Amino acid sequence: MNAAGFPILSLVTWLPLVGGAIILSIRGDAEAVARNARWAALWTSLIVFGLSLVLWVKFNPSDPGFQFVENVPWMPEYGLTYHLGVDGISVLFVLLSTALTPICVLASWEIIKYQVREYMLAFLILETMMVGTFCSLDFIIFYMFFEGTLIPMYLIIGVWGGPRRIYSAFKFFLFTLAGSVLLLLAILAVWYQTGTMDIATLLHTKLPASMQIWLFLAFLASFAVKLPMWPVHTWLPDAHVEAPTAGSVMLAGVLLKFGGYGFLRFSVPLLPVASATLAPLMFALGVMAVIYTSFVALAQDDMKKLIAYSSVAHMGLVTIGTFTFNEQGLQGAMFQMLSHGVVSAALFLCVGVVYDRLHTHEIDRFGGLIDRMPFYALILMFFSLASVGLPGTSGFVGEILVMIGALQVNFWLALLGGTGMILSVGYMLYMYRRVIFGTIVHAELKNFLDLSPREVAVFAPLVVLTLWMGIYPSSFTSFWAASIGQIVQNHQMAMLHGVHLAGMLAR
Amino acid sequence: MNWQIALPEIVLALCGMAILLFGVLYRRDASVPCNMLTLGAFLIAAFLVLSTPDGSGYGGLFVVDAFSRFVKILILAGAALALMLSFDYNRHEGIARFEFPVLILFAVVGMMTMVSAANLMTLYLGLELQLISLYVVTAFNRTAIRSSEAALKYFVLGALASGLLLYGISLVYGFAGSTSFAALASALSAPGGASPGLVVGIVFVIAGLVFEVSAVPFHMWTPDVYEGAPTPVTVFIGTAPKVAGMALLLRTLSTPFGHLSPDWRLLIELVSLGSMILGALAAIGQTNFKRLMAYSAIGHMGYTLIGLAAGTEAGLRGALIYLVVYVFMNVGIFAGIIAMRRQGRVFEQIADLAGLARTDPALALAFAVFLFSMAGIPPLAGFFGKLYVFLAAVQAGMWTLAIIGVLTSVVGAYYYIRIVKVMFMDAPAPAIDQRPAMVSFVAAATGLFTVFFVLFSAPIVAAAQAAAQVLFG
Repeated sequence: MNAAGFPILSLVTWLPLVGGAIILSIRGDAEAVARNARWAALWTSLIVFGLSLVLWVKFNPSDPGFQFVENVPWMPEYGLTYHLGVDGISVLFVLLSTALTPICVLASWEIIKYQVREYMLAFLILETMMVGTFCSLDFIIFYMFFEGTLIPMYLIIGVWGGPRRIYSAFKFFLFTLAGSVLLLLAILAVWYQTGTMDIATLLHTKLPASMQIWLFLAFLASFAVKLPMWPVHTWLPDAHVEAPTAGSVMLAGVLLKFGGYGFLRFSVPLLPVASATLAPLMFALGVMAVIYTSFVALAQDDMKKLIAYSSVAHMGLVTIGTFTFNEQGLQGAMFQMLSHGVVSAALFLCVGVVYDRLHTHEIDRFGGLIDRMPFYALILMFFSLASVGLPGTSGFVGEILVMIGALQVNFWLALLGGTGMILSVGYMLYMYRRVIFGTIVHAELKNFLDLSPREVAVFAPLVVLTLWMGIYPSSFTSFWAASIGQIVQNHQMAMLHGVHLAGMLAR
Repeated sequence: MNWQIALPEIVLALCGMAILLFGVLYRRDASVPCNMLTLGAFLIAAFLVLSTPDGSGYGGLFVVDAFSRFVKILILAGAALALMLSFDYNRHEGIARFEFPVLILFAVVGMMTMVSAANLMTLYLGLELQLISLYVVTAFNRTAIRSSEAALKYFVLGALASGLLLYGISLVYGFAGSTSFAALASALSAPGGASPGLVVGIVFVIAGLVFEVSAVPFHMWTPDVYEGAPTPVTVFIGTAPKVAGMALLLRTLSTPFGHLSPDWRLLIELVSLGSMILGALAAIGQTNFKRLMAYSAIGHMGYTLIGLAAGTEAGLRGALIYLVVYVFMNVGIFAGIIAMRRQGRVFEQIADLAGLARTDPALALAFAVFLFSMAGIPPLAGFFGKLYVFLAAVQAGMWTLAIIGVLTSVVGAYYYIRIVKVMFMDAPAPAIDQRPAMVSFVAAATGLFTVFFVLFSAPIVAAAQAAAQVLFG
């Protein structure tokens, strides 16, 4: 049995579906159904979050292997198992998913007016799929959860989104699916090659170098779309602009992390030779994402689009950090992902606050909000600066670690990647000035109310988390230090082995 | 004489005649009791199929093994589900006559004979019995011009395909000296056993069988027949005959012609590629739901054929699993199509389903499950069908087929999720009529199968594995 004494990961994964079944069984008039669905979703997600805190408490950071493991044969003759477990890389993503879900439910409390039951159901299904993605240690099961997120997210964007929701939902669905099916073929090739789908076993399996390049490219097709990397990022701004606030939060907070998680979990440990060979390509794509999308963000006049492009830039740093293959770089990538998960989620919630009042996120429709909403101005300032990477907030730690990691590889890489930090100050503060400062020119802004208690409840945990991550980062880095150390060590071993082999061949 | 091995077929045929007699002699409207009796006959046949031991009989014309048992059960299940969907529809359209279930029954007898065929002649006889019954049920709504037109097209093209098949059989007989599968297999295993004439004969046989499963380039009849036939007949044509035809292809190509796989593999690959591409692209422009399902069926047959093209045990297993999944998804989606009726009028346009999620959430949910499953999104059943065929393709090193296959499945996903969009994201149209209980039952049963396939797939996979082993044993 595992450290918790009961199958905690299964419980955290599947409990949202139980809540979903309860929501489905609600009967009564539309008003009662909506009210009960909200409460049921909130309680379910809170209970799931509470349970997932057991992981935080009981996780043993000094063990680099998988913990809380559950292993049940599923189709033994094909080597498929229902194998769950978390290590330092995945455990905090599980917590991030379970923490953001109640926040999303709360953020959608009054805004979602129609089909509330289906909305809450979609979020609970999404939670199951997200947690399952991070917990699964069987490649096929991983793929099922990974792909399964498409269904609820497609519906969330398409049903409850903005005016161009249908275009965006299709684009999201088809882009992601096109990448993922190539991942599926790569998984099948690995299955055929090694005869196992168990991730814990695969991590110690060596694949032939000639095969690694193709597998890497197929993995890249899927993870690059999810992350998203330039040039396949174009679905993201559309999806963010049209998705409802909570949908954007989930998308930016968790779904984008699938890409980075995929690189850390599969590409780097499983395909060390290909990762090292193609690292320059990944650096180029990362730098391109940082610089290009930062400039694009400068030109945006839609708040959500601006934050979406800034996400692409931040994820570019994650790419750079991951492929430095040193501890600082990988830790930075991890930290950057977590920090982005909290900060960008909060920024989208900030946009949601004004969107709920004016039903637009065009920057020009605002201005001078500081007079009417001083507290809101403070919150937006805080998260804008966290996104920029102000020391003391979570954004700073991730960026500085990635920069240190990149410097060990190449000075120019660090320099070009670092321009993103400067540019982000530009576009964030430019947006902030236009939305918050100045005089109120639009009459409808004059009767805006400041944050309601519900909104404060939504933001408070995120503020605390951002500061905590910024001021005392080691309470987070300690979780993954051992796992990252092992990845780095294994990578160096594989490289040495590769050099050794090449030397032997040359002789 | 080991006549008992054909017991299920014999009993089913006798039941059919008895039901026919009963229908003629019964004073009042015989359609309801005949439907029930036919379902009962299917049930009895299923029991008999499961209890018949392996073996061959009738001088090697007929064979029973794990493969035939697997496919027969699937055929019976598909036929029974299609028949259940027909009750209410036929009554509503005024075509509820007792001949309908009897014709379906005889078609099933034909299919079961095909599946057990161990000789090209048995194969042909079974195929003809099935096709003739299908022509008649397609024209069953005889006052509707669409139905008659569909039946005529089906008949003319079907007759042509049968002619090709028979011509191919005669060539094979002429060049190899036998029509028995066992004799053919041993004759062809000798080096240099395949003369060019024989290969031409095999190509004709393949053409005739490919018509059966409506794969490219013999797919032209599918959209018209799907659209024109009464919807329950479309359900039937879309499930059981496809299974039987595919089983026939699998058996014929891997047993008697198995040694010639280098000769026919390229052909099957091209057929598979063509079907996947056409199925994906041609469906995009369709507005009629039944017509769209026809193109979708062509695409699905393309995926199933990947398993055959792989030419391995894993490939056959994948194809069989795909067929199981396909039958249930397809019946489920057609259960929804049969429920498409507004103020007593049947409609088939996808656009008329607008906003179904608000007016009938349960049906919209079921539709969404089937459509996402058809698109191959995990954890629904359709994903597993694709998983096993693509696994076989990867194992066989057929990367072209695998990569084009997954990419066409992305294109296919576009038109499936477009229907989901119409139902979930468009402004609601007026509510549709109350569903008949039987339709709800079938939709719920197939829906649960599609959702929970992930949990109980192991026995089905094991059965498919056992069935595939027979052909390679």
